[in-house]
Amino acid sequence: MPAPSQNTSRRDIALAALAGITPTPGVSKPDPIIVADHVVRKFGGLTAVNVSHLEIQRGAITALIGPNGAGKTTFFNLLTGFDQVNEGSWSFNGVKISGTPPHKVARMGMVRTFQLTKALYRLTVIDNMRLAATKQKGESILRAALPFLWNAQEKAATARSEELLTRFKLIDKRDDFAAALSGGQRKLLEMARALMVEPELVMLDEPMAGVNPALKQSLLGHIKDLREDGMTVLFVEHDMDMVRDISDWVIVMAQGVIVAEGPPNIVMRDKAVIDAYLGAHHDSTLEQDRG
Amino acid sequence: MDFIFIAQQSFSAALGVNTIIFALAAIGLNMHFGYTGLLNFGQAGFLAVGAYSVATLVVSFNFPLWAALLAGILNSVILALLLGLPTLRLRADYLAIVTIAAAEIIRQIARSATFNKYLGGSDGITGKFGKDFFALNPFKSGLNTPFLRYNGNDLWVVVTGWALVIVVLFVMWLLVRSPWGRVLKSIREDEEAVRSLGKNVYLYKMQSLIIGGIVGSFAGFVYALSRQSVQPDNYGTALTFFAYTVLILGGAARVFAPIAGSIIFWFLLVFIEQMLRQAVSAGYIPEWLIGVNQVGQIRFMLVGLGLMMLMIFRPQGIFGDRKELALDARA
Repeated sequence: MPAPSQNTSRRDIALAALAGITPTPGVSKPDPIIVADHVVRKFGGLTAVNVSHLEIQRGAITALIGPNGAGKTTFFNLLTGFDQVNEGSWSFNGVKISGTPPHKVARMGMVRTFQLTKALYRLTVIDNMRLAATKQKGESILRAALPFLWNAQEKAATARSEELLTRFKLIDKRDDFAAALSGGQRKLLEMARALMVEPELVMLDEPMAGVNPALKQSLLGHIKDLREDGMTVLFVEHDMDMVRDISDWVIVMAQGVIVAEGPPNIVMRDKAVIDAYLGAHHDSTLEQDRG
Repeated sequence: MDFIFIAQQSFSAALGVNTIIFALAAIGLNMHFGYTGLLNFGQAGFLAVGAYSVATLVVSFNFPLWAALLAGILNSVILALLLGLPTLRLRADYLAIVTIAAAEIIRQIARSATFNKYLGGSDGITGKFGKDFFALNPFKSGLNTPFLRYNGNDLWVVVTGWALVIVVLFVMWLLVRSPWGRVLKSIREDEEAVRSLGKNVYLYKMQSLIIGGIVGSFAGFVYALSRQSVQPDNYGTALTFFAYTVLILGGAARVFAPIAGSIIFWFLLVFIEQMLRQAVSAGYIPEWLIGVNQVGQIRFMLVGLGLMMLMIFRPQGIFGDRKELALDARA
C-alpha cells in the first residue's frame, strides 16, 4: 500500500483509483479487497440476497445503501460468517472465505460492528477494549493461571486501549461499566474496540443510527481517519448526508439485488436508485384521480 | 434451651462437610453461570459422576482410590463434552433443558435394576471405599469444643475438604482475572460481539463447562468419601437448586460467593432446626402448632422465607454489586 505523500491524502488516492470506472452494477475495480460471486441467501420463499458479482475497492470508503429490507444487513452477515449462504462464494484479499466461521473471518482482518450496538455491558470500558486485542497469550486456558506469561502483553494491550480511548474521547469513562455510556458513546466504543483487532477492512452496520448530531460529526471524522490510516471501510447507512459526505463509492441494493453502484453524486441521480427508494411510478400521474 | 448445644451444632454445620460439598458444587456453577452465563441445571449430574466413579471403581473393580479419583475427573470431562458438543452452539436455554434431563438420566441409570451389580440400584453403594483416605487420618480422636464438634473421620474430611476448597478457589481466582476469564465474562454479556472480535466462543464455553464440571465432581468425591456410601436419590434436581441457592446467596460472579453462601445456608438451616427442636421440646412452641417431626420441613420453609427477603432487599447477594445488577436490564 503506497504511503500518502505530504499533499496527497488517501482520499485522493482512492478517488483517483475509482475515477475511470463505469458506474454499473458488478463493475470490476483496480484493487479489490473483497470479490463476491453469485451470493444467494433465501429465507423460505424469500430471496433476501442475490448478488451476482461485487468488488469492494481497497483503501476506499464504500457505502452500502438501499431501502429497508433490501438485504444490506443480511449481506453483511453473510460476508462476515454470521449467516450461511445458500450458494455463492467470496474472497478476502484473494483468499476464499465463504463458509469460514465469524471468529476466523475477524482474525483475518475483517471486523464488523452491529446495527444494535453490542457493548459488553457489565465489563468496564477498558476491559471492552482489552478483550479485542489479538493473539493474547493469557486467553489460553493453559496459560491463564500463570500471569507472568501474559502480564507484559496485557500492559501493551492496555496502553493501546488507552491510546484509542483518548482518540475516541472515551478515556474519562475508562473504568465505567459500558452500560453507563450513552448510545452514541457505545457506538464510539464499538468502533474503537473493532480497531483493537487491527483490521484491514472495517464493516460498520449503521454507525449513525441513534447518534445525536454533535457526535455524528465526530463519528464522521473517525471514519475518515480509518481510511487515512490505510484501512478499507464498508458501511451500511440510511443517512444520505453522511453517505454523500464521506463515501468514495456507493453501492445500492434493492430487494436483495445490487441495482446501482458508482460515485455518490452519480448514483444519487440514477433512475434505478430513485425507483428503488420511491417506487418506479412515483412521478407518473394517477389517471383515475383526475376524473 | 441448651444454647451451647445449638451454637455447637450450628457452627459445626457452618464449617462442616455439607458446606464443603455445596461450596464446591457452587464454585463449579459460578464458572458456568456466574462467569460464562451457561445455564447448567444439571450440576447434580457432575456430583453423581464424581461420587459413583469413586464408589463403583473401588468397590466393584478394585481400583486404588487415587486411580478412581482420576477416573472420576476424566468421567466428568466426558460428561461435559457429551452435554456441550450438541448444545453449546445453540441458545442458552437448550443447555438448561439438556443438563436438567441429563442429570436425571444419570440418577435413573444409577438406580436402575439393570446395573444393580455395579451401581447398587436404589440402595446405592456402601462400603469401605474410602479406607485409603481415612488411613491417612492423623486426627483419630476428633474435636470437641464449645463451638465445633467433629468425630475423627469428619474432622479429617473437613480439614482436607477446606484445603481442597481453598486450592480450587485460588485457581478460579487466577483464571477469572486473566484474559481468559475476560473472554468468559464477555461471552456472558454478548456472544456475537465476542465472535466478531475473533474469539472462538464455542471453545471457551466448552472449557468453562469442563472446568466447572470437574469442580462439581470434586464435590461428588467429598460427598461419597465423607459418608462412605453413595445413594442415587441424593443426586436429584434439589441438589442442583440448593447449589444455585448457595451461589446466588453469595452473589454470582464473585469468587468468594460460593463459600460465603454455603456457610450461611448451612448455618441457617441447622440453627433454625435446632432452635425449633429445642423450643418445641421445652414447650415454648405448643405441640399443636409444630410437632417435633415437622421441624425438618419447617426449617426449609423458614430458610426459604429468609432467602426471599434477601432477594427482595439485597438481590445482588452478599458480595454482589447492586449497580452491576441494575445494568442487567440492558438500559
